[in-house]
Amino acid sequence: MAIFSTSPLLASGQSVSSIAPTIDIRAIVRNHGSVAAVDHVSFQVQRGEFFSILGPSGAGKTSVLRIVAGFEDPDAGDVLIDGRSMLGVPPNRRPVNLVFQSYALFPHLNVFENVAFGLKMRRVPAALIDEQVRQALTMVKLVGKEGRKPAQLSGGEQQRVALARALVNKPAVVLLDEPLAALDQQLRQAMQVELKSIQEQAGLTCVCVTHHQEEAMMMSDRIAVMHQGRMWQVGTPREVYENPRTLFVSRFLGVSNELPGRVSEAAEGAALFQPADDLVPGFPVRSGPEPSAGCPATWSLRPEQLRMSRERPASGDTVLPGVIEKILFAGSETKYLVRIARETLWEARTTGNVQPPYASGDPVFLHWALGDGRVFFE
Amino acid sequence: MKPRSVGLHAVSLLAMLFLYGPIIVLVLYSFNAAHLSMTWRGATLKWYAALWHDEALLAATANSLFIALVSTIGATGLGGLLALGMEQMPHRRQQVLEGSLVLPLVIPEVMMGVALMLLFVTVHVPLGLTTVILGHIVFNIPLVTIMIRTRLRKLDPMLREAAADLGADSWQVFRYVTLPLLRPAIWGAVLVAFTVSLDDFLVTFFTAGPGATTLPLKVYSMIKSGVTPEINALSALLLVVSMMGVAAALSLQRREV
Repeated sequence: MAIFSTSPLLASGQSVSSIAPTIDIRAIVRNHGSVAAVDHVSFQVQRGEFFSILGPSGAGKTSVLRIVAGFEDPDAGDVLIDGRSMLGVPPNRRPVNLVFQSYALFPHLNVFENVAFGLKMRRVPAALIDEQVRQALTMVKLVGKEGRKPAQLSGGEQQRVALARALVNKPAVVLLDEPLAALDQQLRQAMQVELKSIQEQAGLTCVCVTHHQEEAMMMSDRIAVMHQGRMWQVGTPREVYENPRTLFVSRFLGVSNELPGRVSEAAEGAALFQPADDLVPGFPVRSGPEPSAGCPATWSLRPEQLRMSRERPASGDTVLPGVIEKILFAGSETKYLVRIARETLWEARTTGNVQPPYASGDPVFLHWALGDGRVFFE
Repeated sequence: MKPRSVGLHAVSLLAMLFLYGPIIVLVLYSFNAAHLSMTWRGATLKWYAALWHDEALLAATANSLFIALVSTIGATGLGGLLALGMEQMPHRRQQVLEGSLVLPLVIPEVMMGVALMLLFVTVHVPLGLTTVILGHIVFNIPLVTIMIRTRLRKLDPMLREAAADLGADSWQVFRYVTLPLLRPAIWGAVLVAFTVSLDDFLVTFFTAGPGATTLPLKVYSMIKSGVTPEINALSALLLVVSMMGVAAALSLQRREV
């Protein structure tokens, strides 16, 4: 019997519920005192999808997860799982399992008993428990450690037990609360790859909460950026990274080289951006959906779109002169903080070995393809 | 060794001697062959043997063990439930209850004894084994509650959430997570309650009626007719039992799952 089918669609038998989204969150609100921790959040997650809620701490993302798990009730809105409303359904009756940030492994039970806990609570026959726990432990590569207590395991192993303990129940949705936050950098990167492959292999539907943008981008099919209780943008990692809807999203998903100013002229699909610092010359930008000329705005560009050279480039690029202020060597790439205005430092990058190397204090030209970058109105 | 630490060691040694000297003497003299206790006439175990043939003493021992057993079960059950119930209460009420829990521990035990006796007399409960057991349950409940509560508050609340998330209803959360994690504290509380009950004199003195003589009461009445080495032997045995109880309780308390 295949406990973990390689294909989620075959496993679900193409039932009616597989067409409806597995999770359908409808305008949930959760107030903590006078503050809305969760403010009309809506999203849907499809079967087999890895969905991440990304945001800084205090954004309300953990509240969303706890509402889906049933530990908190929304003050308004609805939570549907496989088309069924979960309002008033206690956590132990919901077809979801949560992987806690602290793992919350039972210290008095060994690895086997921890993983078997959910099955035992549902009174699954012992022989079946045995088989299913073994399969889950094989999946997370913990075979041979069944008899260990959590205290005898490394952080990475504890993480795997927590994961196995959730997925052995074959929940409709696995909820992950900062799943890799407690691991050190190296282990974290290895686990990102592994978690993703387990998710794909088992066809799990996952909702993951994290403040780590790289982690979210690497593992997710779709990302929702959350801030101050609201969801600002939902999309694939590439969409959200390349077309951030707000300055906050742009900043949170990576480095954003910015200049404050205003759009001064808007004509024929192109506009002129006039930086607030009058020592910086204006330059043409792609006009946004509404070319609100005169409104205060911020222009933003990703570092990888920015090129750096000693000589003024002859191409049709937009060019700004600057001075290298700091050089940060990061192995495969080198980051340069370049001052382009009194108040403005931009980050440029080079990969490989640049000859002759740049030095602090070098005057350089920063340039980018005409129309790159985005204008955000305040 | 620095002179200061020599002084420190001397002082602590003196303090220890002050605390344990009398007990050491008592235990030593329980092996004294002499009838009149203050002169040493060689070692013997005959006082220990004599204990086994003293019917009244054996009856008192049986009473003490019975009272300790029943009152421990009662106090652990009630105190444990109280500790669990307090967790569910709002913070303010927990504080009030906590304060009133400490009260029986700090008010003089004589007062406790007299109060209990007056209560029993007022409600016409004849003094006897039952009243002693009730009295012991009363002073043991705070001990049990405080010990179990300490442990309960150290438990990660996430564990209970994790259990619920994995499908456990509230009874299963208690049965498979909370209770096993509390077990060391519960056994610790049982041992402390048992030991305190076994040793108690004052509350027992006021609440005991005819036929409810416990070991400490018996020792007290024997002393009125002079200190015999038999009492020394009995005290030494009581000491060993109490110490074992306390040591076991401490080691259980210290064990972190």
